[in-house]
Amino acid sequence: MQQDQDIIHIESLYKSFGDFRVLDGLDLALEKDRVNIIIGRSGGGKSVLIKHIIGLLKPDSGRILVRGEDIVPLNERQMARVRKDFGMLFQEAALFDSLNVHENVAFPLHEHTSKSYSEIDEVVQSKLAAVGLQGMDRKMPAELSGGMRKRVGLARALALEPKIVLFDEPTSGLDPVMAATINDLIQRTRHEFGATCIVISHDIDATMKIADNIFMLYQGRIIARGSPREIRENSDPVVRQFIRGEAHGPIQVN
Amino acid sequence: MKTILGWLGHQFLGLLQELGRIMVLLLQALSWLVRPPFRIRLYFKQMEFIGVNSLFVVVLTSLFTGMVLALQTFYAFSMFGAETLVGATVALSMTRELGPVITGLMVTGRAGSAICAEIGTMRVTEQVDALTVMAINPVQYLVLPRIVAGFIMLPLLTIVSDAMGILGGYLVGVQLLDIHGGMFMNKIQEHVTLADVYNGLIKASVFGGILTLVGCYKGFYTRGGAEGVGRSTTQAVVMSSVLILVSDYFLTALMF
Repeated sequence: MQQDQDIIHIESLYKSFGDFRVLDGLDLALEKDRVNIIIGRSGGGKSVLIKHIIGLLKPDSGRILVRGEDIVPLNERQMARVRKDFGMLFQEAALFDSLNVHENVAFPLHEHTSKSYSEIDEVVQSKLAAVGLQGMDRKMPAELSGGMRKRVGLARALALEPKIVLFDEPTSGLDPVMAATINDLIQRTRHEFGATCIVISHDIDATMKIADNIFMLYQGRIIARGSPREIRENSDPVVRQFIRGEAHGPIQVN
Repeated sequence: MKTILGWLGHQFLGLLQELGRIMVLLLQALSWLVRPPFRIRLYFKQMEFIGVNSLFVVVLTSLFTGMVLALQTFYAFSMFGAETLVGATVALSMTRELGPVITGLMVTGRAGSAICAEIGTMRVTEQVDALTVMAINPVQYLVLPRIVAGFIMLPLLTIVSDAMGILGGYLVGVQLLDIHGGMFMNKIQEHVTLADVYNGLIKASVFGGILTLVGCYKGFYTRGGAEGVGRSTTQAVVMSSVLILVSDYFLTALMF
């Protein structure tokens, strides 16, 4: 069955905030061991979608299957068990600013494993090395640049060897070189750590380079899916306007 | 007329809704009191922040409150020759009323606001969501240790406040205004019972619960970036102060 291969399977998801319908019967199937990138306009519901996948928001109706298990009816404690399979890199990294870099990366390890301090230190050092930040242990988040904060955030997200890593606008607000570094890290997350990557982005060039599957979110639904080439060749005028970045077309700017 | 009534009703409903949500947060937090993991270190950290670090400001304000009380009551009592009762009056006022209230208000200003600003900043920078995503319950991790610390530390601070107030009264009454020292202390022993002190400490615990709970609540539901954090911090201080003074009246009416 197709559902078994999908690590995330979403069926007819509806979510409204007041009168504003953000997700409008969205269906989405994300394959295991792929870099899945969801593109769409800012404020178009991408963050809302990712928050549903990790259970920070509950839908008005619909099903969200994570590795075959519907997470919508789960309570907080059951959800905590599911979340241990996830890592998430937040848009502004969301590092704990009262803790230094080392403590930030070590935080989930202290909370969820019975590892000794030296074992935890070993994991922290290897994760920091993986994101190219050796020797930054004692720095506080406020002393780091945006790109460094995101890399620490990624090291923290990877600390517990998650099966699924979510990236919320990983390259927004970064210079082109740092953006390329982060994109490289996303691919390495997939290859070296064997995690399924789910990325939300509006950076078309990077998406075309690193994605295995691309999904376009528009007006609360997925209107196109496919490999980068299939998306580039898509004939839907909305998709064409979006990936070409044109001001005029069916997408209304308001 | 209709619009005024409508406005009043609207405000009142809003207040009730807010109190309800505060109680829900309190119950959520308390339900985590008996469930693992128990992070003892977090409790001590908050007890240090809310209690130990407030010591200086509580000592200073209580000392001067006792001093001014002695000055004012001396002026009034000397009109009918009851100057020796100044000590008892200061001691009763401090233990029953001013010790807990001054401590509550000072800790609200110092720690209640800081609690709200810290949790509020964590909320708007997605650090609270980051905790949740890491399968750590933010109510258990952030809210519960602060409420428990407030509940425990406020009575301890109040003991210090009571003592400092009486010391202030003694300094002004005996050293400055020449009331007989023995009589001053004797009248305190005669008129102040342990129940006065205990009831004051019960008040202090309630105030500690209120100011930490309101600070956490306002911080936890902060929206709207830096401006939102500023707004909820102001609201937390105002709401805590009002609730402390209102509950003070009802606790006094119940206990004494």
